[in-house]
Amino acid sequence: MKLITAVVKPHRLDEIKEALQAFGVHGLTVTEASGYGRQRGHTEVYRGAEYTVDLVPKIRIEVLVEDDDAEQLIDVVVKAARTGKIGDGKVWSLPVETAVRVRTGERGPDAL
Amino acid sequence: MAPAITLAAEAPKLSAANTGFMLIASALVLIMTPGLAFFYGGMVRVKSTLNMLMMSFISMGIVTILWVLYGFSMSFGTDHGSIVGWTGDYVGWAGIDKMDLWPGYTIPVFVFAVFQMMFAIITPALISGAIADRVKFSAWALFLVLWATVVYFPVAHWVWGTGGWAFELGVIDFAGGTAVHINAGAAALGVILVIGKRVGFKKDPMRPHSLPLVMLGAGLLWFGWFGFNAGSWLGNDDGVGPLMFVNTQIATGAAMLAWLAYEKIRHGAFTTLGAASGAVAGLVAITPSGGAVSPMGAIAVGVIAGVACAAAVGLKFKFGFDDSLDVVGVHMVGGIAGSLLIGLFASGKGQSDVKGLFYGGGMHQFWIQCAGVFGVLFYSLIASAILAFILDKTIGMRITEEEEVSGIDQAEHAETAYDYSGTGGGVVAGSAAAVSATETKKVDA
Repeated sequence: MKLITAVVKPHRLDEIKEALQAFGVHGLTVTEASGYGRQRGHTEVYRGAEYTVDLVPKIRIEVLVEDDDAEQLIDVVVKAARTGKIGDGKVWSLPVETAVRVRTGERGPDAL
Repeated sequence: MAPAITLAAEAPKLSAANTGFMLIASALVLIMTPGLAFFYGGMVRVKSTLNMLMMSFISMGIVTILWVLYGFSMSFGTDHGSIVGWTGDYVGWAGIDKMDLWPGYTIPVFVFAVFQMMFAIITPALISGAIADRVKFSAWALFLVLWATVVYFPVAHWVWGTGGWAFELGVIDFAGGTAVHINAGAAALGVILVIGKRVGFKKDPMRPHSLPLVMLGAGLLWFGWFGFNAGSWLGNDDGVGPLMFVNTQIATGAAMLAWLAYEKIRHGAFTTLGAASGAVAGLVAITPSGGAVSPMGAIAVGVIAGVACAAAVGLKFKFGFDDSLDVVGVHMVGGIAGSLLIGLFASGKGQSDVKGLFYGGGMHQFWIQCAGVFGVLFYSLIASAILAFILDKTIGMRITEEEEVSGIDQAEHAETAYDYSGTGGGVVAGSAAAVSATETKKVDA
């Protein structure tokens, strides 16, 4: 199994969710995150004082998949997340040792 | 503010209309203090929200009691040496009957006293914005007592009390440009020079945590200010109060637009905080002047104050003093602008026939205004710095650096302003869970 993690622009979340559903993913986890890459931050002005806000809001999506589906799923996420502008985010995968469905105790790919 | 007392031949007669209006005006002035609490509360970071709200709210308790016990007597009792008032009957309001009226007045003394109480409450609360995030709540409470006693009560007497030096000199301060705003702004400057900057000032971003709260507060202030300003004439028999009401709206609108225009040109955006701040700057500036100027004059006062304050709020970074929420930049500068502009724009058709420079009256009134402005400014600046210094050397004004960094709300109030998490567990002391938790601990030990 693999854990696919995507840190992307918040407004792409719905697109990505729909693309993943169409691909056949049954569950995912979404967290609000903040960070910066090449995009860096933006400037805000309060009574003339300029503040550089370098941590930009992002969404982190985590999905568990079987090994064979991993590469294809990454492509699906990347395609749905892309706007072509700086700050689109990153997607990566990690090997996962095991997974358990809490309710039934099923292990491994059966738990996905 | 108060109409000059004319010794009427006949006994003063209570006007039910004026009395009713003044009770409503008093309630309007009161709502400004919670309004101020929200205005300031939204501007601080999340971790100091409750402390900021409480610094204003506590004034509604402390100053209310002081005002009844001796404040009213010090401000509006019989004059002693043009410096302070005192009338034994006013102590604890014990010698005031519900139907007592001063000569020439149409409202009971009680109504005047409670209206003025609301001014005494909000004035020290204004100072709190300058010292956000870092002052012990107990020290602030004690400062309120001392400051009201040593600074506000006498200064209100100087400016509004019969016999007070500024009042007798002819200084025009309709509703408190000098006694309230310059007074509080100068005090703020005095206190921050003593207690110093917040940890991380100029380094860490200190963004307002909730601009909607700031807008709510500014809206309440704007609304309540009609009572503050129009009510200060104590009745509507001669049209001066209504003129003040009209000018309050006009100057505030103008100042908001002026601040926004200044910001757009200088910084590239029309900000929400700029709109709220501009409105407050206009309210401050029209407070002393609204009874003296024409509606067109009110536009001038608003525009000048809006630009002056917008330019002034940047100075703290230049000079390195941490006037956290710009009490000096908005209230002191706005108060000075409004008070001095009377000397230029007084039309002679408002509260008195005094004319300013642009209406053919020369510079005479301008110099009188300067005396009031700088007399109050320097007294408040120095006295407030001394009070803060004494408190700092005795009980200490500031919380520890560690408490300040982790947040004053938890250190001083044992609370958190917002809990959005579903998992913010913890056990309520005294509950069954807490008891069993203690038992478990015992077993573990």
